[in-house]
Amino acid sequence: MTTQHITLTVNGEARDADVEPRLLLVHLLRDVFGLTGTHIGCDTSNCGACTIHVNGQSAKSCTMLAVQADGAEVRTIEGMVAGTELHPLQQAFWDQHGLQCGFCTPGMIMQAAWLLDQNPQPSEAEIRAGISGNLCRCTGYVNIVKAIQQAAGELQASASAPAAAGEAVAAEA
Amino acid sequence: MPAPVEPPIETPASLPEAYAVLADSSAEDPVTPIAGGTDVMVRITGEIGEPPRRMVDLSRLRELRGIAVDRGAVVLGALTTYTEIRRSSVCREHLPALVEAAATIGAGQIQNRGTIGGNAANASPAGDTLPVLLALDAAFEVGSNRGQRAITADAFWVAYRRTALAPDELILRIRIPIGSGRETRFRKIGTRRAQAISKVVLALSWVDQDGPPGSGRVAPIAPTGNGPIGTWRDVRLALGSVADRPIRTRATEAVLEAASPTPEIADAAAEALAGEIHPIDDVRSTAEYRRVVAARALHRMIRDAGGW
Repeated sequence: MTTQHITLTVNGEARDADVEPRLLLVHLLRDVFGLTGTHIGCDTSNCGACTIHVNGQSAKSCTMLAVQADGAEVRTIEGMVAGTELHPLQQAFWDQHGLQCGFCTPGMIMQAAWLLDQNPQPSEAEIRAGISGNLCRCTGYVNIVKAIQQAAGELQASASAPAAAGEAVAAEA
Repeated sequence: MPAPVEPPIETPASLPEAYAVLADSSAEDPVTPIAGGTDVMVRITGEIGEPPRRMVDLSRLRELRGIAVDRGAVVLGALTTYTEIRRSSVCREHLPALVEAAATIGAGQIQNRGTIGGNAANASPAGDTLPVLLALDAAFEVGSNRGQRAITADAFWVAYRRTALAPDELILRIRIPIGSGRETRFRKIGTRRAQAISKVVLALSWVDQDGPPGSGRVAPIAPTGNGPIGTWRDVRLALGSVADRPIRTRATEAVLEAASPTPEIADAAAEALAGEIHPIDDVRSTAEYRRVVAARALHRMIRDAGGW
């Protein structure tokens, strides 16, 4: 079997692998790297459970080849937590009961994180449009929208706190 | 199931390298280009038809990226994503109908990956940007080891899921003319707003002969009784999901040419369109639904333009 060598960054960590040409990115993450937080729902890019970030853009990892991630920076749900502190979106999904079975949650959070990155103060309509590629069969979306609104507020508040903003700029530089 | 032997997926870093990979692509044994993969990847399992055997990943070809204005046209690199189109100030200013179409494709994740060149090359009769490209008289700049050439949009889709591209050719850029006073409207009808494949998709474009130059995007002409309604010239109407490929509907265009957006003209154009298209029943819709809805969607566009 032919394999191709790829190197990539996953949640800030340099990784490499020898992969079959048609290995899906989601299978690389789950089966090779053991990052099973990214779920596989439909395999046809409908449901959004497999959403991750590739070079800062949200993408459905069931519809990407692992070889297409060669050289890329990938972020998965496992990369959202800072030490033991939940990301504001993770905390907000908890606080607002933004999940029941939880299957859609990792993808929903990754898509919401990208949305807030693009649009830090989305309206409810913009949130609903922003997560329209992610299906949830439990919640009816109401609490998911509330969770994203809560996280947007917290991220805004922390971004506008002068000390925190200064640190963030220093860290970026 | 994947093919028993998987050839490596070539990942050229430059256009000449990509041309070299494609040089031995043939109709019998094609090398399938993949970019965002939003169409190719759903074929890869083999559940929908024959999966591609050989593939070339175009993602690294920087030559095929970027949005520019050049000699009276917006030029989109083939690898321009729908998200890039939505965010581009150039597209928002000059091609609002294309921005609208890009926003209806899949949802955020698909728009981040999918490319306009891929939408065109995939040649689905339901491709959402394709009626816009037809209505705006776009041209495709294509290339191979043998050189470059241009193919106009109305000559690009030649049969069901077939383009005028030779097996070794790639779309490089899409050139969309921007004329002052040109207005374009877009409408997609699907099962839901996101993640839906069109039941009917249409784009209508015209130049308002009596409108002030550059009035292009400002839209509605003065309502009836409140000033003259303009006369339309160079009308183009294109539809998807009503034929084996995206099409221009020239008989209906003729009804609208040199006419004004009045109720009588809207009725006549809607009737002409219902008679001109021959959609089919399939898993997404029925022929009858498509015919009725296409006609009503056109009627509404004309009504909105006329302000009545």
